[in-house]
This record gives sequence, structure tokens and C-alpha cells, in this order.
Amino acid sequence: MKLETLKAVQAARDGRHAIVLAKRIADGAEALVSADSATGDLATHADVVALAREALTSGRSDTVDTSVGKVFLQAFIPPPRLIVVGAVHIAQALVPMAAMTGLDVIVIDPRRAFAADYRFPNVTVLQDWPDEAMEKLKPDATTAVVTLTHDPKLDDPALDVALRSDAFYVGSLGSRRTHDKRKARLLEAGITEAQFARIHGPVGLNIGAKSPAEIAISILAEIIQARAALNEPAERKVKAA
Amino acid sequence: MTAAAAEDILGTAASWKAAGRGVALATVTLTWGSSPRPVGSQLVVDQDGNMMGSVSGGCIEGAVVKEAVDAIRDGKPRLLDFGVTDEQAWDVGLACGGKVQVFVERVG
Repeated sequence: MKLETLKAVQAARDGRHAIVLAKRIADGAEALVSADSATGDLATHADVVALAREALTSGRSDTVDTSVGKVFLQAFIPPPRLIVVGAVHIAQALVPMAAMTGLDVIVIDPRRAFAADYRFPNVTVLQDWPDEAMEKLKPDATTAVVTLTHDPKLDDPALDVALRSDAFYVGSLGSRRTHDKRKARLLEAGITEAQFARIHGPVGLNIGAKSPAEIAISILAEIIQARAALNEPAERKVKAA
Repeated sequence: MTAAAAEDILGTAASWKAAGRGVALATVTLTWGSSPRPVGSQLVVDQDGNMMGSVSGGCIEGAVVKEAVDAIRDGKPRLLDFGVTDEQAWDVGLACGGKVQVFVERVG
């Protein structure tokens, strides 16, 4: 692989742009194909570019037969995001583990003492109010959102945006009593019963988690379950708890 | 950010390269049956056999690293096939009964 190719793939990934690397098995000749561009030695072959664009859409890497021989198409698709609202103790355990599973993690907390960079090395930490930050981040079908502050001032505005979005997972920390009060407030704010029902609360799989790290594991496990269910055939879908 | 991910294979390849090391990438290009890692999984290797990532559950990495070190030396890409474990080659077989094809090439 050419070093320029490697750097171009990294740049696309850092900018969260999908890209496909086409590589001829016989000699390693390459093309880099995105939705609106195609560069490299193999980019002059229309069928290679067309097949690469298919992989761009499906997100699946595969070896295919082309007019120039066997070509391996490697799809680099932006990873799902996890937005964590509340730079609290549980977040300090959840964030590195989530990053390890391949999630692109963003932490939001306007409280500077909590959202200090040294508490969350190597991830994006936004010291913004959750509603502003969430409006900017625009949660989509590849985004999970979890609120951890317990503070209605911070959790509610984030949930309000998340529940009106296509986020594939919305979780909120808090006891059943806290959750019932949350429901009353959010319905008052115009969230429907059906939208509220999307919240995983009490948050996390029920594994008897007690410590911050254990709770983080139960939350992450629930997110993994929700993400896997998206990719499973309908009849095998895990019924999300 | 992906920077926090435990296994940023391409990032590792770029930083090893920037440090002046010879680097190769091994990529799973095809799988049949039950194989531990999906198509597109990658392993980065340097000229001394240091590695990050995986192309199997640890079954074939040893053999892939050896080929990768050779690829760094001669610059020729390689396509490797690994199948079911057999008595003669138990150390480079896949105990799970699957098959994988791995493409190995030098970076830069």
C-alpha cells in the first residue's frame, strides 16, 4: 500500500467520510473511491469504480471479479458514535471501553471541573450545554446517546434532542423513581409516550452492576446489543430490554 | 475519537513508518465457513516482527508475520491461504474449521 493511500484513508476516517480502497490482488495496484471522487491506478476502470461505489453503500468489504482481475474492495465506513452526556465517574470507565469497541466517543458536560481533558484523554470533550451540543452533533441512525448526570437541567435537554432523532440507542441513568419523574417532565415538554419508551432506563443490562466500572460495562453491553440488533435479520432480532 | 481505540491499525502503520521502520499490512480478503475475524480485518507488522491487530483468533498470525517480514524485505505482495488444521501443519491451521485468505503487502 502506498503511504499516500494510507494517509488518504486516515484523513477520510478522521473526517468521518466513507471511502473504499480497491486493490488488485495480483500486484497491489490501487484506487481510492468515495461518493464523488476516484483516484489511483485502477480509477480509470469504470467497472472497478462502480463496484467500489456499491461497497461504499453496502459497507461490506469483499473480493470481486473485474475486467482487470480479482480486486479486493475494503470499505472504510465511519464508526457509530456514542454521545455521553455527563463527564462523571461512570463516564470515565465507559468512555475508554466504548472507544475500544470501535465507537467514536464524544463527551458533553458544561461543568469544567468534570469535563477536564485530563479526565478523558484522546476523546472529544465538549464543554457546551447539552442542547446546543446535541443540536450541533445531530444524532443519526448510527448514533447512541446516554445521559449520566442525574441532573434534569443537563439530562433533559439532551434527551429531548435524542428522542426526536433517529439515534439507535438512547439510555438514561437513574432509579425507577427518577425515571418516572423524568417521564412527567419530558411529556410536559412535548415528548410522546412512544418517544419516551425508546429510553433504556434503568440504563444497562441487568447484571447486578454496582461499581462505576460495572455499570459502565452493563451500559456498553446494552449498546452493543442494540447495535448488533440493527444488523441482524428481522427474525433473529434481539428484543432490546 | 478513533485515537482512543485500542487498535488503530492504520494509525499504527503510519506512525511506525514515520519512525523509519519497515512496515507491512496483512488484510483478510476472503473467508469461508466459521472464521474468527471478518473480511477487512488487519494486522500491521514491522521488520522485526512486532505486530498489532489480528487476522484470526491467534491461529495464523505467526505464519502471517513471517510472510509480512519477507514482504517488507522484497517488496512483493503475497496472497496467503489458510485452511482447516491438519496434523502436519497444526500450528498454522484454523482449529475452527474455517478458511481465510490474507493479502500481505509492504507499506510505502
